[in-house]
Amino acid sequence: MNRSRRDRRARWTAWVTAHLQAAVSSLGQLVRAPLSTLITSAVIGITLCLPAALYFALEDLSRALSGLDREQSVSLYLRREVTLEQARALAGHLQTQPGVGSVSLIDADTALEQFRRQSGYDQALALLEENPLPHVLVVTPLQRLDPSGIEALQKRLAGLPEVELAQYDLLWIQRLDAILAVARRATTLVSALLAIAVLVIVGNTIRVAIDQRRDEIVIGKLFGATDAFMRRPFLYAGAGYGLFAGVIACILLGLGELLLQGPVTRVSGLYQSGFRLGWIDPGNLLSLLLSGLLLGLIGAWFTVVRRLREIEPQ
Amino acid sequence: MIQLHQVSKVYPERGEALRQVSLQIDRGEMAFLTGPSGAGKSTLLKIIALIERHTRGQVVVDGKNLERIGRRALPYYRRHIGFIFQDHRLLTERTVFDNVALPLVVAGVGRGEIERRVRAALDKVGLLAMERRHPRALSSGEQQRVGIARAVVHRPALLLADEPTGNLDPELSLEIMRLFEQFNRVGVTVLIASHDLMLIRSMPHRIIRLRDGRVEDSGRREAS
Ligand SMILES: Nc1ncnc2c1ncn2[C@@H]1O[C@H](COP(=O)(O)OP(=O)(O)OP(=O)(O)O)[C@@H](O)[C@H]1O
Ligand SMILES: [Mg+2]
Repeated sequence: MNRSRRDRRARWTAWVTAHLQAAVSSLGQLVRAPLSTLITSAVIGITLCLPAALYFALEDLSRALSGLDREQSVSLYLRREVTLEQARALAGHLQTQPGVGSVSLIDADTALEQFRRQSGYDQALALLEENPLPHVLVVTPLQRLDPSGIEALQKRLAGLPEVELAQYDLLWIQRLDAILAVARRATTLVSALLAIAVLVIVGNTIRVAIDQRRDEIVIGKLFGATDAFMRRPFLYAGAGYGLFAGVIACILLGLGELLLQGPVTRVSGLYQSGFRLGWIDPGNLLSLLLSGLLLGLIGAWFTVVRRLREIEPQ
Repeated sequence: MIQLHQVSKVYPERGEALRQVSLQIDRGEMAFLTGPSGAGKSTLLKIIALIERHTRGQVVVDGKNLERIGRRALPYYRRHIGFIFQDHRLLTERTVFDNVALPLVVAGVGRGEIERRVRAALDKVGLLAMERRHPRALSSGEQQRVGIARAVVHRPALLLADEPTGNLDPELSLEIMRLFEQFNRVGVTVLIASHDLMLIRSMPHRIIRLRDGRVEDSGRREAS
């Protein structure tokens, strides 16, 4: 019993040693041809970083959107001839209507002032002789309504004689949600295609490597190398390319964030949103490295299994 | 050690390379395989090493029926065989040491054991001093000896050699044959394909003659 345990330990040690040797020798081979390794990895890295950037950005955007205040409301843009007093009266009247929770009034001057501050169009606005903005009433329903309910409320309010336009404010969020869903689907599609591209690139690189070591494989097989033994260094090479490509993709994402963060922050500021690019995030980087590693391994696997079977001693 | 019973080999492009060959080679025996070019010597060795599969008949090596050895078992079968080629087939990018170590490396032998056995094998073929060299920096005879060291380093029970002296001058050829005799003396079964009738007739071993894929002379009085 003692003996069999020692045997098992020895076999285990031999197995680990064999793997380490294969890993080290594959890594050595990658390092010995630094330029071609770098080019291949860079191509894979670029291919990886595109869908990753899209995907991670979409995730952040969805999160930012779901964090937005989703309180339902209908904005009533009143006709120009409606005076502030009439607007106040209407607000008071609406307050008493069934189903209405609260009504707030944004008078035209305040609205213009707010717009001036946020948009930066000071000078252009100064040219205007009078305030082009109407008074606005923001009506919030008593309880949360489903889309058809809020639409009915909007229709009802739009029928009031003082109201020029009644707009359901969540509409743009719904539209954005729909657009995001399309973008997410498209990103998945692009990711799948680019993943296939990565598999092909790795597979082709490994195929070349196998052909370069044809003699070695033939002699190895002739002296009793198993398929698993022969596969090992190429699988490690594939994983190595993938991992290295993952590192490059991470660096590219970092650079992208550095270059894009400024403009993005400015845009999201205009929408009064705190949205920022969050590409550089431990979870993101880890999943990028892992997908690189896995794609490299899988791409190598497909080629290696097929190719090694074809190479037989003559 | 080796039993062939009515073995035929058909190459689709060429037809029968071996025709109903029956042979027996005992454990610990040393035998030569000779015959004109195209007689089927290489084919016979390849069938025994499972580089080629025979078409008909039965081959039993070391008690194993070769038809029963599938893809997965093949590497383990080959670990009991040492093969030597006329053209050496050394890996030119690797040192002499690494070339000889290959059969041990693929079998997962530990580093210390590998060093010990490779040095012992190189010592036997008289090349211990050249372990760090590359094959290209060796003479043809030295390269062949490296090939022999590689073929015996994993202590196979059976040594197969296809024209091991094909490119060598008579003196070197004899030296190589003496080396095979040494391994045979410690119990290894040796089968050597060779054209060199002068040389093999000068040695006291069985000579099997093939012609046109048939056994012309099994080299054994009692076997006819
Ligand atoms: N892979 C192959 N495909 C088709 N025919 C082959 C193949 N290998 C050998 N042959 C044919 O089989 C016959 C026997 O060949 P083999 O190599 O065994 O002869 P040999 O006795 O070793 O000859 P030599 O002394 O020239 O090496 C030859 O006619 C050869 O053309
Ligand atoms: Mg031949």
